[in-house]
Amino acid sequence: MAAPQTKPDVTEARLAAHSLPGGGVWATAAREDALSRVRAMGLPTRRDEYWKFTRPDTLVEAGAPEAALFETDETAMFDAVDRLKIVFVDGVFDAEASDDLSLEGVTIERLEEASQTDIHWARDVYGVLETNGQTPVARPLATLNTAMAADGILMHVTGKVSKPVNLVYHHKSTTSDAMLHHVIKLDPGADITILENGPAAARFNKVMEVDVADGAGFHHVRTQGRDHERRAATHIFARLGEESVFKSFTLTANGVLTRNECVIEMTGDNGVAHVAGACVGDGDFHHDDTVFITHDAVNCESRQVFKKVLRNGAVGVFQGKILVKQGAQKTDGYQISQSLLLDGDSEFLAKPELEIYADDVACSHGSTSGAIDEEGLFYLRARGVPKSLATDLLTLAFLAEAVEEIEDEGLREEIVGRLEGWLERRRD
Amino acid sequence: MLEIKNLHVDLEEEEKTILKGVNLTVEAGKVHAIMGPNGSGKSTLSYVLSGRDGYEVTEGSATLEGADILDMDPEERAAAGLFLAFQYPVEIPGVGNMTFMRTALNAQRKARGEEEMSAADFLKLVREKAKTLKIDADMLKRPVNVGFSGGEKKRNEILQMAMLEPKMCILDETDSGLDVDAMKLVSDGVNALRAEGRGFLVITHYQRLLDHIKPDVVHIMADGRIVKTGGPELALEVEHNGYTDILAEVA
Repeated sequence: MAAPQTKPDVTEARLAAHSLPGGGVWATAAREDALSRVRAMGLPTRRDEYWKFTRPDTLVEAGAPEAALFETDETAMFDAVDRLKIVFVDGVFDAEASDDLSLEGVTIERLEEASQTDIHWARDVYGVLETNGQTPVARPLATLNTAMAADGILMHVTGKVSKPVNLVYHHKSTTSDAMLHHVIKLDPGADITILENGPAAARFNKVMEVDVADGAGFHHVRTQGRDHERRAATHIFARLGEESVFKSFTLTANGVLTRNECVIEMTGDNGVAHVAGACVGDGDFHHDDTVFITHDAVNCESRQVFKKVLRNGAVGVFQGKILVKQGAQKTDGYQISQSLLLDGDSEFLAKPELEIYADDVACSHGSTSGAIDEEGLFYLRARGVPKSLATDLLTLAFLAEAVEEIEDEGLREEIVGRLEGWLERRRD
Repeated sequence: MLEIKNLHVDLEEEEKTILKGVNLTVEAGKVHAIMGPNGSGKSTLSYVLSGRDGYEVTEGSATLEGADILDMDPEERAAAGLFLAFQYPVEIPGVGNMTFMRTALNAQRKARGEEEMSAADFLKLVREKAKTLKIDADMLKRPVNVGFSGGEKKRNEILQMAMLEPKMCILDETDSGLDVDAMKLVSDGVNALRAEGRGFLVITHYQRLLDHIKPDVVHIMADGRIVKTGGPELALEVEHNGYTDILAEVA
């Protein structure tokens, strides 16, 4: 089969592989709207500027490229955490493996069920934050998701939730092509921690829309599964109210292709948004963090901290932007993206951007690529630390600034433990 | 303890010969000092002995208790009992000082086939040693040498020496950047470690450190060789007359 060339061809070929899920009035309206939007904008091709560093082909084409399953004897992520577990296998809800969905302070529903109703609170968020996030840069894979995702989790958070909700994504079919769309709406003063882990599918397209009302707090720790051949395109769209807090951390180990986009709009004064990521790649690994934070209120703080450890030809990409709108005075914006290249074959591509229309702001950004610090390495070795262990220590030290963005000590230690294990398995 | 014979060393990148036949034997229980003008090869000697990259030994040998150390990796030399107190201790952001020392101590023990020290025993020991060097809990917690003053860095070197209990200690210009009080503190730390089975090689530019750490033997190094060896009085001679007279005398 000859590969389709034009954008409409590519788009129609993909759309033909899906059909709009059936549902009630609100969901159908949102999906039909998304379908016409995705047709209008077209799915990404490698000519798109926003996809300059990451080839979208395998994320766009109809049908998922095969991805072998990965066997591991490690204990499951977050197993020691007291949490409410919701399990999806290749994108399909697994009632048996999931906990009961009732938890104080939050109403949890499945999109598949809620979408059958005609009126639902989710209609004010579902596809709405995603639509807002389409300007100034189009994110058509998210729109495709809004149109075609049949399931996902809808959470209405009304209070301070006592334990994390853990979305677990198992991958059991080598050709699964999964789509999930989650919506999390936090009422004023509400607070929740969301954990996500697992490879999800051979190909995974996930959207999470998070509406954080005034004074609410959203905490998110995610690990993307270790399956080497899996592919993923994920989007987070968040809207932040006054004095709200949004913190998201992602650990990515392995994966032939990952594109994580995070789009945050700070609409209320004194908000805080931190997005961080640590990724470790060895060999056939391409990881792209694309972040867009808009400051549209006074005295907000945003941080982007991304660290990448790359070896044996692994590729890391960072596209990060801070947009400070007119009137968004006293903005405190920070952005850092760094890579540690463990050999000459690996590559880091970065496009850090600042666009500022207010005159009283403090914004900084930096991007670096480097090798292991030889001086530090010699110092450690001169004290008796073997080279491989010394290299690991320096690698963990490099990742520390990103990992320290995780507030919860227990979760942070679990992430560090995973990183240690990953490095240890690769010692010479 | 440490035996250096006819050691010739080139700087790899510049094809420049730095050491031109160093002969030196440090006996267990003794403190030897090496003095010499800038560029005489003192620091190169310490780097070559500890295994830093960038130097090529073209001739000669160096042994620690009979074992050829020039063939060993830096970590193997450390485990064999060699310790270099750096002239410029390295800052390692992101690695806690305590983690660093415990990792080093246990790595050496493991390499020697000894049992690793428990976290509790380590903590007790490090607190005790830190106290005598006036190193507070904060300095132990902070990343290695990050934000330390010059004096704090040198005290931290001596703390590592005290924790690792090496057989052969090389101090490379440990007095540089120290004020009088810090020099006293560091010297007291070194003197406390003087022992029957332990050798010291103190590299310094000035005599004043040797007022505190009294050497048994003093060597003068110039142009990559030891040109004169004597007792502590040799250091005083340098202090009073500078290197010029001595170098003229041996020339």
